[in-house]
Amino acid sequence: MTSIETVRAGSPAGSRQVPAVRLAGVTKDFGPVHAVRGIDLELRQGEIVAFLGPNGAGKTTTIDIILGLSRPTTGTAEVLGLAPREAIARGLVSAVMQTGGLLKDLTVRETVAYTASLFADTRPVAEVLEDAGITAIADRRVAKCSGGEQQRLRFAMALLSDPALLLLDEPTTGMDVEGRRAFWSAIRRDAEQGRTVLFATHYLEEADQYADRIVLVSQGRVVADGTGSQIKSLASGRTVRATLPGADPEQLTGLPGVTGVDLRGDTVLVRTRDSDAVARHLLTHTDARDLEITSHGLEDAFLSLTGDAR
Amino acid sequence: MSTTTTAIDPTVRRVPPRGGFNRRVLRIELLRMVRNRRTVVFTMIFPAGLYFAITGSDTTWDTPVGSGNEAAYILISMALYGAALIAAASGAMVATERALGWSRQLRLTPLNPVAYVTMKALVALAMGALAIAVVNACGVLQGRAEMPDGVWLEAAAVTLCCTLTFAALGVFIGYIVPGENAMQLLGPGLALLSFLGGVFWPLTEGSGLWHVAVFTPMYGVAEVARSPLTHELPWYALVNAVGWLALFVAGAAWRMSRDTARV
Repeated sequence: MTSIETVRAGSPAGSRQVPAVRLAGVTKDFGPVHAVRGIDLELRQGEIVAFLGPNGAGKTTTIDIILGLSRPTTGTAEVLGLAPREAIARGLVSAVMQTGGLLKDLTVRETVAYTASLFADTRPVAEVLEDAGITAIADRRVAKCSGGEQQRLRFAMALLSDPALLLLDEPTTGMDVEGRRAFWSAIRRDAEQGRTVLFATHYLEEADQYADRIVLVSQGRVVADGTGSQIKSLASGRTVRATLPGADPEQLTGLPGVTGVDLRGDTVLVRTRDSDAVARHLLTHTDARDLEITSHGLEDAFLSLTGDAR
Repeated sequence: MSTTTTAIDPTVRRVPPRGGFNRRVLRIELLRMVRNRRTVVFTMIFPAGLYFAITGSDTTWDTPVGSGNEAAYILISMALYGAALIAAASGAMVATERALGWSRQLRLTPLNPVAYVTMKALVALAMGALAIAVVNACGVLQGRAEMPDGVWLEAAAVTLCCTLTFAALGVFIGYIVPGENAMQLLGPGLALLSFLGGVFWPLTEGSGLWHVAVFTPMYGVAEVARSPLTHELPWYALVNAVGWLALFVAGAAWRMSRDTARV
């Protein structure tokens, strides 16, 4: 993950580079439903950011606000220092959705040419078709294209205007491992040229592997924001669980590596970075029995950060 | 890996002129319409065929009507029918495109909604003009329709304006009936309204059917479209034409605005 540091170091320290996205106190209500309850978020140019959260967390609503498809109820949204619609009008923002967004009776080439004609400046249609690997099917009707070919067409359309910000919705759904790897290396290459990529995903692993930064949203709020390892460390280590009547939480907290102790009746739960030490202590110095050790991954971080308990 | 991040300067990017309105889109949209075989058959070949079927019979259809003859009366009616159908089909496409997510896709481009609606309206008008031209060309070739040249042109132009009513109806119905079923309702629906409104058949004034017909949406526009020939335009026909146009535009605007809330 050295590239993360490189990219960040690449943006000159202290320089006033305009953020790719800036959300300040953004809320969005749909009648009595509070879809977004206050999001502050700033994305630097060239960052690859995963937008992670369960269904109904407010991901789609937030993306719609960044795209200018929806106005925040309160707060402000800026894309490269401009109002979202202004950024769209200058071809600075593109989005690739998972489904829809294509006319079945147009050919692939017509679809790209149609879209290209709407921008002030675009890359040549032939070049974009070539880059997306769809030159061979350029004269095929969209209706006759496979799902993968349609997805490549959506990408070609999104990259026409050479956007500074690219929003992707579950970009690699349906891709095989090879395709996924190729896709992300292409995205990484573009990010090095300064393109910011924000992608919504359900795949924790993908967020962890390919994003410089993970923004975790739940119930309309950002609940965690950092690198994959930072997020994991929020719920890191292991939990040692044992039955121990009359446990002494003070003493357990004092053990090396322990980050939290929870008593539930006769059961004690110890969160720790050194499960061996805790287990050894419990088994040799106390009457603890039924000992269990469980480890945390990003999944646990995700669940504990987005769970209703919080 | 040592890379430098180039900052993108948003100030060098330009906004397209005229809100994205351009000829390439118009050309592609027209091509789409012409390529649709069903549209061409029902809006051009069918009305022209109907004209031949009616006026091709043994009677010569040369009874004078206004400044022309009966065949001219039928000709204008058939052109109106074809143009109304294609305008309705164009209108219904707006709703279909929204259902497909194409409208959302367009919202992610600099295309201004006003430019979009303008281009769609121009395409509907161009296709309406084509339908009118086809039926009129058939009339000229057949030779039974007679009216002064000025009346040909005036009637065609008035007919074209009348098609806007049906473009609005198409948008309205397109939103109510999802997907591609809209035309399955609009096709027979417009045929029925044309029967009722005296497009296929002249109505006998004061008859039972006539009392119903004067309230139907095809009646008014048919009277308006034929008025350059007949030199007759009853006030209730004009009220009918304007009233239905207002109603359909309001209906289309109402459904569209409700839908825009979630793009």
